[in-house]
Amino acid sequence: MANSHNSFKNYKHLASYIIALILVVVFVISCKSKNSASTEYVVLSKITKKDSLASLAAFEKVYSVLMHPRCMNCHPNGDIPLQGDDSHIHNMLPQRGPDGMGISTMKCANCHASTGVPGESTPPGNPLWHLPPSDMKMVFQGRSPRELALQLVNPKLNGHKNLQELRVHAEDTLVKNGWTMGGNRELPPLTYNEFKDAWYEWIDNGAVAPAN
Amino acid sequence: MALFTIHVNGESKQVDVDADTPILWVLRDNLRLLGTKYGCGIAHCGVCTIHLDGDAVRSCAYPISAVGDKKIVTIEGLSEEGDHPVQKAWLEHDVPQCGYCQAGQIMTASSLLAQNPNPTDEEIRRAMNGNLCRCATYTRINRAIRTAAKDM
Repeated sequence: MANSHNSFKNYKHLASYIIALILVVVFVISCKSKNSASTEYVVLSKITKKDSLASLAAFEKVYSVLMHPRCMNCHPNGDIPLQGDDSHIHNMLPQRGPDGMGISTMKCANCHASTGVPGESTPPGNPLWHLPPSDMKMVFQGRSPRELALQLVNPKLNGHKNLQELRVHAEDTLVKNGWTMGGNRELPPLTYNEFKDAWYEWIDNGAVAPAN
Repeated sequence: MALFTIHVNGESKQVDVDADTPILWVLRDNLRLLGTKYGCGIAHCGVCTIHLDGDAVRSCAYPISAVGDKKIVTIEGLSEEGDHPVQKAWLEHDVPQCGYCQAGQIMTASSLLAQNPNPTDEEIRRAMNGNLCRCATYTRINRAIRTAAKDM
């Protein structure tokens, strides 16, 4: 009886040693792998500290560009685009149309070719010249800074874009067109690169909306 | 200068012009198709309207390099005998006064009716907004379009 009790105790000790040994080996292997083969691990996204004040300051710059005629003229509060440095209603009264491309004989592309022709007041060219579609008009005209910021980050109002897609929108050819229309048209208050930097800074720091 | 092969009124034509030359000047100066008129030169008046794959394009603002293989139709090519329903209606209603804008008016009206054979007055007005007439023949233009629509 005493012998069998002792052998059971020995077996228990042996099992404990084996388990402890396994744990040590696993720990050593994991430490070694972590040091030598980091590419096998999922890289966690860099945690960046968002600066809401920087976001607000950047949006002030962004707003100055978006409300400039070169941008706002194609984001009118109505179904007819605006025109010129004074943002008057577009001559010939072209209509937005369901897809934003105009209607029947008055499509945007009927005058705005893929590239323009030389001249002071000739229509600027772009292969995709259009307004926002009628089911999501993305109006800039008349929006306060807060209203515009909230609209820009709302996928139900911004063309179904998440923040990353919104960020990339700065590369859109029609956005860039604001700086390349030519003629005697006034340019936006920032250069394109200054605008893009401000746009990224606003979004990357939380796309904060001003208080008013 | 560069060589461009374009399709005009059913024929293939080759022209040697600068890439940013407006179609209008290729038609008038190179091909001597003088029915398409010069008005404002900035796509504001519609006088220079032609069809580009059926669309009513302002030829003064459209560079030859953007034409590609699209088919151009001018007032000379709208019909062989000048008997397009819009042309017949124009005669019936005695639309032109001085006549300078009329080629553009007819090209826009025929593009409208090809897309929408039975337009409402509102649709006619919106479609023709881009074509100015200094003689103000607008009332007769609208009547002629309604008449032409019956023959489309």
